[in-house]
Amino acid sequence: MMGWKHKHLLDMGSLTKDEIGLVLETAKSFKEVSSREVKKVPALRGKTVALLFAEPSTRTRVSFELAAKRLSADTLTIQSTNSSLTKGETILDTALNIQAMNVDLVVVRHQASGVPQMLAQGTKMAIVNAGDGCRAHPTQALLDMFTIHEKLGSFSNIKVTIVGDILHSRVARSDIQGLVTMGAHVTVCGPSTLIPIGIEAMGAEATCDINKALKDADVVMGLRMQKERQQESFLPSVTEYVREFCITPERLRLAKPKALVMHPGPTNRGVEIAAEVADGPQSVILEQVTNGIAVRMAVLYLLLGRKSK
Amino acid sequence: MGLLIKNACVVNAAGESRAPVDILVEDGKIKKIAPSISAPGVEVIDAVGFKVLPGFIDLHVHLREPGREDKETIATGSASAAKGGFTAIFAMPNTIPAIDTAQVVQFVLDQAKKVGLVNVYPVGAITKGRAGEQITEMMDLKRAGCLGVSDDGRAVMNAGLMRRALEYASMAGLLVMQHCEDEHLSAKGVMNEGEVSTRLGLRGDPIIAETVIIARDIELARYLKTRVHFMHVSSARSVELIRRAKAEGIQVTAEATPHHFTLTDDAVKSFDTSTKVNPPLRMAADVQAIKDGLKDGTIDCIATDHAPHTLEDKEADFDCAPPGLVGLETAFALGMTELVGNGILTLTGLVDKMSAAPAHLTGLVNKGEIAEGRDADIVIVDPERKWMVTKEDIASKSKNSPFIGRQLRGRVITTICGGKKVYSEK
Repeated sequence: MMGWKHKHLLDMGSLTKDEIGLVLETAKSFKEVSSREVKKVPALRGKTVALLFAEPSTRTRVSFELAAKRLSADTLTIQSTNSSLTKGETILDTALNIQAMNVDLVVVRHQASGVPQMLAQGTKMAIVNAGDGCRAHPTQALLDMFTIHEKLGSFSNIKVTIVGDILHSRVARSDIQGLVTMGAHVTVCGPSTLIPIGIEAMGAEATCDINKALKDADVVMGLRMQKERQQESFLPSVTEYVREFCITPERLRLAKPKALVMHPGPTNRGVEIAAEVADGPQSVILEQVTNGIAVRMAVLYLLLGRKSK
Repeated sequence: MGLLIKNACVVNAAGESRAPVDILVEDGKIKKIAPSISAPGVEVIDAVGFKVLPGFIDLHVHLREPGREDKETIATGSASAAKGGFTAIFAMPNTIPAIDTAQVVQFVLDQAKKVGLVNVYPVGAITKGRAGEQITEMMDLKRAGCLGVSDDGRAVMNAGLMRRALEYASMAGLLVMQHCEDEHLSAKGVMNEGEVSTRLGLRGDPIIAETVIIARDIELARYLKTRVHFMHVSSARSVELIRRAKAEGIQVTAEATPHHFTLTDDAVKSFDTSTKVNPPLRMAADVQAIKDGLKDGTIDCIATDHAPHTLEDKEADFDCAPPGLVGLETAFALGMTELVGNGILTLTGLVDKMSAAPAHLTGLVNKGEIAEGRDADIVIVDPERKWMVTKEDIASKSKNSPFIGRQLRGRVITTICGGKKVYSEK
């Protein structure tokens, strides 16, 4: 097996095909741990993992926390609402204080793009990006890819269609980078105001035509549509968005018969995805959540668990 | 109390002296230029091996005083200017309070006089409090000493108000200096909108935010037959619009900054907040167009947009950090490295952009040239000297330079302002 040489996981763009393959392989072996009676392995015993969340998140934070705990690491959580992050201390300062307490790895979520990179440069700890601004959310992309690979067996020549607010989505950016690296075709679709300039340069095809986007797709992924986009003039109304872009059962029929339905959550049921689709037989939304733990265990293990050099 | 510069190889915008000359300075003026002058008892500076240029003039500097003396003061900003070879700097009015009354103008002038290093020309605000609502008392500002007006940091968004400002400023004899940014289009963008912003997930500030204001103001200047000066022009399309307007005889002028002719938005990939600047760093084609515009005269002059910020302010994340970088001390070297070094301009051409043209644009008839009878504002440089930009070397109170660690060519040796030595390399 090839080696893992990264100290941090900041974005998908810095991972090669082999490295992504290694994470997915490692996750596969960890998935079984969570179904045991005793859901714990000693791989990271004695290591400390801090969860530094400057932006609200439940799903991702809990997933990382369980992943760390199932590897026997000690965890602590720092959230903006109950920490000095709200008292004028900079995020780097907070991170340096965590470092002073001999924490090994920090999982960071921040509303500004680039903060995990800043912490990687400014501290000695391993940094895992749990979502920064609109930039990257690599563990979400990895769990999406894990789920796709588990269900479809391969990435080559599959068509993944991502529908919604591409402009503000770090999930879309990380999925595009990871999936393109693995040889999948990615199509992004949404209102023209929410497709960022130059997205094609990242390897995705972009279209505003939902029918064209969904046609023969192997995977259909919806993204959360925030109601605030209406105030910012990106959308005339949520109603119009639903009419034009909501993933409905009728529209889903354009995709391949067994196409997977995915969503990074939390869903706005009836906005970007119809309840029937989210809960339907093709939906793997909850399996994504389950797989998230295995993938995050793999990431923490690869970054921390192996013999120090 | 005079000064004698021996063996001066003088470079003016009009040309370079064929043989070295001596320059005698007395009472703040250039008294005499001749092949060999002897003046017993006068301090002598030997300029052999160097070039002697008219002091640089920067139309765009943020001195932060009054209001943000933690970032820069008139004293530290003047010292930074002197070290960069500047003998005249225009202080932008986005201070606290804004420079929008004769009293604040007087305050800046008094402080500058107390400091006594370089000439400081306060730029008045176009609108009261830079709020974009009512024009300032421009006649009073002019009498108090302003040569230009600007709401820098913001464009005058209301076209009707801009029309009145251009008309009124033209009566007052003030240069209107526009910060070209439609704030509805820039929409709180933090870097250039393009492939890189998409990749980095940072909010984009598109080129059209700049060009729609330039296009609008060209039409206003054409209709009103007034002048308008475009500050820190950053995009290829802006250069093209200005080039066409000039060809039509419309009275527009423009400045560009060293960072916009040196760096592209690739620099932002580091997330180094010293690369966050407004207007943002653009793309390679834009950098090339700025160079072309400087070469063919579309862009009249180089201005630094020296914008000091404290470490505390700049160590925020990229979204929250204030835009701006310090530029006074690297401007000449960037001009030498990027423009002269790459054959875009000759040294005389660079002197035009940094001394003669800004003097001409603002009506400083006694500055911008080394000639008998002119003000003794002189900078002695070593155009070939290579040096490394370091934080420790920066005289400005703030150190937010994206050029730290970069090797540049061209070093200021001595700066003389009003006949007085205000900076000398140790």
